[in-house]
Amino acid sequence: MFDVLMKIFGKSEKKSGEIAKERLKLVLIQDRASVSPEVMDKLKNEILNVILKYMDVNKSGVEITLANDSDSVALVANIPVESVHHSPK
Amino acid sequence: MCEIIVITSGKGGVGKTTTTANIGVGLAIRGNRVALIDTDTGLRNLDLLLGLENRIMYDLVDVTSGRVPYKKALVRHKKYETLYLLPTSQIRDKSSVNPEQLISLCEEMKKEFEYIIIDCPAGIEQGFKTAIAAADQAIVVTMPEISAVRDADKIIGELGRADKQNIKLIVNRMRYQMSEKGDMLGIEDINEILSIECIGIVPDDEAVITSTNKGDPVINMEKSIAGQAYRNIVGRICGESIPFLKPPKEGFFSKLKRLFGVL
Repeated sequence: MFDVLMKIFGKSEKKSGEIAKERLKLVLIQDRASVSPEVMDKLKNEILNVILKYMDVNKSGVEITLANDSDSVALVANIPVESVHHSPK
Repeated sequence: MCEIIVITSGKGGVGKTTTTANIGVGLAIRGNRVALIDTDTGLRNLDLLLGLENRIMYDLVDVTSGRVPYKKALVRHKKYETLYLLPTSQIRDKSSVNPEQLISLCEEMKKEFEYIIIDCPAGIEQGFKTAIAAADQAIVVTMPEISAVRDADKIIGELGRADKQNIKLIVNRMRYQMSEKGDMLGIEDINEILSIECIGIVPDDEAVITSTNKGDPVINMEKSIAGQAYRNIVGRICGESIPFLKPPKEGFFSKLKRLFGVL
């Protein structure tokens, strides 16, 4: 009987369609951000070339990755700097 | 002028082959010369849906490997006389046909047909790449279900990478009552997430199963709501502007039953 009353007066919990939509949106952010290793390598080299105009960096210590958080995706770069030029090359 | 349309989805079981069969029959009823090419090599089914399974002599692999000219492999439909099927092989696998072979086959067939509809296999591997190679238009079929929409999104991305600009969407097996109650993804949700032009919503309809049982696509069933949806889709493919079907109203008794949970 309680169930019937709940059905008539509406439940407060979230509808499963709404849950599906939210889950889908999140998973698509990650899907769309997944990049092939080749593209990642290319991106890394291009970023490095720009940075090298301004400073010397330890190339072997460079790490560039896509980090997935629960609701966002970030491009995280860890680039050890060795020295900064006086003026850009 | 010939238009080459590939029907694809990523996920299996969402209705690619059913959509191919219905659009093919619909275009043929309108008097167009239509060729359907099944590229789901190894798992062919388009022949069954059209009731042509007993009339196959040669297949796509026989044609692309040069054993027979394509006209010899085409099966003409007896009921819809401008509809032809080029079935694929049930014993080979998807690596038996490559994109270049399908492109040159379509190039040849273009002269004889107004529409070439390619039924794509599930997945994003070589079979998919072959199926989309020759197409100038893609129709992505999905369902209001989380995994089907995710795969559709992936496929839309892959089509973009393959330089296919003309991509349309069909949402299959829509259950309006569930989405109205909020128990299923709605059309607005899907459109918002995928953001490509939707050319049809096909309601979930038992007539699709009974028509498949008989080997005559549902588009030919006057009273079926799915049939009507497919007739509208075919109209839109032909460039007509047709309003979308209104969701069927739920009857008083079924509403009452649902309310009291007797369903």
